[in-house]
Amino acid sequence: MTSESMTAPRLRRRSTDIYDSGDRSQAERAWEDLLEGGGRWRLWSKLGWHDIRKRYRRSVLGPFWLTLSMAVMVASLGLIYGTLFRLDLENYLPFLAIGLATWTFIASFLNEGCTSFIDLEPLIKNVRIPMSLHILRVLWRNLIIYVHNIVIFAGVAVIFGIWPGVGGILLAVAGLGLLLVNAGWIMLLCGIICTRFRDVPPIVASVIQLLFFVTPVMWKPELLGDRRYLMALNPLYHLIEAIRAPLLGQLPGWENWAVGLLLAVAGWAFTFAVFARFRKRIAYWL
Amino acid sequence: MASIHLNDVSVDFVLYQGSARSLKKTLLRSSTSGVLKHDAHHRVTVKALSNFSLTLEHGDRVGLIGGNGAGKTTLLRVLAGVYEPTAGRIRVEGRVTPLFDIGLGLDMDASGYDNIRMRAAYFGIDADEVERKMDDIAAFTELGDYLNLPVRTYSAGMTLRLAFAAATSVDPEILLMDEWLAVSDTKFLEKAQRRAEGFVNRSSIMVVASHVEDVLKRLCNKLLWLERGTIQRFGPVDEVLVAYHAQSAGRLS
Repeated sequence: MTSESMTAPRLRRRSTDIYDSGDRSQAERAWEDLLEGGGRWRLWSKLGWHDIRKRYRRSVLGPFWLTLSMAVMVASLGLIYGTLFRLDLENYLPFLAIGLATWTFIASFLNEGCTSFIDLEPLIKNVRIPMSLHILRVLWRNLIIYVHNIVIFAGVAVIFGIWPGVGGILLAVAGLGLLLVNAGWIMLLCGIICTRFRDVPPIVASVIQLLFFVTPVMWKPELLGDRRYLMALNPLYHLIEAIRAPLLGQLPGWENWAVGLLLAVAGWAFTFAVFARFRKRIAYWL
Repeated sequence: MASIHLNDVSVDFVLYQGSARSLKKTLLRSSTSGVLKHDAHHRVTVKALSNFSLTLEHGDRVGLIGGNGAGKTTLLRVLAGVYEPTAGRIRVEGRVTPLFDIGLGLDMDASGYDNIRMRAAYFGIDADEVERKMDDIAAFTELGDYLNLPVRTYSAGMTLRLAFAAATSVDPEILLMDEWLAVSDTKFLEKAQRRAEGFVNRSSIMVVASHVEDVLKRLCNKLLWLERGTIQRFGPVDEVLVAYHAQSAGRLS
């Protein structure tokens, strides 16, 4: 059957035009799904933008509505908690602005990662598209919102004359990369589990709420005093710190990066095994 | 040349009813019974297709017939690559255009033009190709400047025209359809019919599930009669129809 297609040069065959369920193992197929999903960045970035535009189409400010509400939140929380913790605003506000924006990003990609396959059911059931593409679409739209929220930190930094330096910014961008790599496997894993078990998304939502209080977003880790070691156990702290510290003009601890990298490797290894095993069942579960 | 080969394909659905959908109940059950395999007894599986072998070549225009639940939609989804078979092997060569839902991905808040682009993007069609065809698509819809407005502002008939034009704008190599494209607007009907048939004629292989015999007779050169997930009969249209009718007549008497 392959010789036939070779003698027909009329049509330019793309690799995606041949679909064979039995020509490779499930692991190779899962790997291919990830590569193809990543390779079709034009589509997922377009769809991600499309989601954003759809959400804010009839508003004047567009996604800057989020920026505005975040700004109000940072300003009011900054005043109250800055006073409660007896921190000067110059010190506390930049910390809060970057922390809160990053936290909002994490919480939303976790929540939306859970429902990404469920929400895109009509698409998944109608067209063969790599599963990873749906995840990337959701991650991308949340990243866009995150960038809008970072604007507040930039504003605060200008007000207080904070300049992290080019090195600091590059280090923070690298930290963001680390967060995104981890976001990828977390969302994929949550997406698979939540499609199979429909009571998981609410569980995840309440876990996120708990995590917010135990992660130093509103409060500074120094406040833990002798019990600062507790922070080492919270992987989200390390991921946030890898972005926040360099922007505040500090070097992130080596342990922040070590934990983040370890998490990425272990998480992807586990998720890949799950993905290879259950990828083809996702459409059946919907 | 496009081709489709199904070799001993089976599709099993596990029905996760109520409690099996719940993580809590699944965990509790396994901890109380102590044996995870016990789970298997609680699950109901449905064999939607069993040991299905089929080869389709260039020029095949296949109509799927059979009662409800015979496996027509499942077979179409297997051909589209949405359901990967639980057993057996499927090999499809050629660009597949699944047209199960002509309103797929229709976004009410986006403009008509954007909707056409979006739809093409879902099917992996290059942006350039869409732009080249845009005039043709726009002319066919007869929507004129409305294409710049959000679909939300369209009447039902206009929305249908848009969806229909966008759906049939691609050059399908392997075309899969669940029910023939139905258009109720009588003025639009004839034009739509012509376009749809041209669309079918451009394809190399077509598979359509339909209950309407006129449609099957007009479009297909083969019929595939499905019964409980297996092939009851596969052959020329008239022959299969006669057998199909004979059986349903037998059932009645």
